[in-house]
Amino acid sequence: MTIYIPTPLRTYAGGKDAVEIGAATVSEALNSLTSTYPELRKHLFTNEGKVRAFVNLYLNDEDVRYLPEKENSQVSGKDTLSIIPSIAGGSL
Amino acid sequence: MSILQLTSEVYEAIRGHGEETYPHECCGALLGKPGEQGWLVADAVRAGNTRTDSAHNRYHIAPIELVRIQRTAREKGLEIAGFYHSHPDHPAQWSQTDFAEAHWLGCSYVITSVAHGKATITNSFLLAGTTEEDKRFEQETVDVRGDVRGTPREQIDDLEETTSLRTKGK
Repeated sequence: MTIYIPTPLRTYAGGKDAVEIGAATVSEALNSLTSTYPELRKHLFTNEGKVRAFVNLYLNDEDVRYLPEKENSQVSGKDTLSIIPSIAGGSL
Repeated sequence: MSILQLTSEVYEAIRGHGEETYPHECCGALLGKPGEQGWLVADAVRAGNTRTDSAHNRYHIAPIELVRIQRTAREKGLEIAGFYHSHPDHPAQWSQTDFAEAHWLGCSYVITSVAHGKATITNSFLLAGTTEEDKRFEQETVDVRGDVRGTPREQIDDLEETTSLRTKGK
């Protein structure tokens, strides 16, 4: 599958905007990604190993949080996983 | 201080967006390429503000919209360089909410103050630092470039070339 890396994290992924990973589940893909690029780990996961609250993971066009199997969802070679930090704010 | 270079079309587009959505906050993404002194931006993509409960002083972009924007950027040979939003009847300065919710390290956050429906000051803040723990906003110089033409990708090439010539000329 292809994992798309957002602008802020490319520096920790060898400058790449996309990484090809062979994996059976979303969780396996993330583990493989962070094994190849260990510096990504602290940006994606809390110390307890959970995905940081502001990091959104989209399997194709689906939010992984709302998939029945969540991070254990199965993936295939044609799938894409987008890592997208959230965007919000306001004047007050 | 880093320099955010925006084409005049982008500059006018994001300010116009803020006027259109007044008294609510507008928001969107900036597409471009990294330059020697900061981001070079040649395209702006509007996004919807999902904070309909408090749109006059809050904004939020749906993550699926960001996924699509990231896809669009890739297809255009560009990157997400940062984001913009407006502050209706508030200064063009980042707020504690802006800071707490800022996670795109190395990207530019552009804020336009819209006073009584009219865009006034536009400022940009680079989210500097390397982690959530040491992140900080640093104000950038906003350089509006009206001298480039063509597609956004061609404009970026022009910005790169002319910036290099400017630097060498100093």
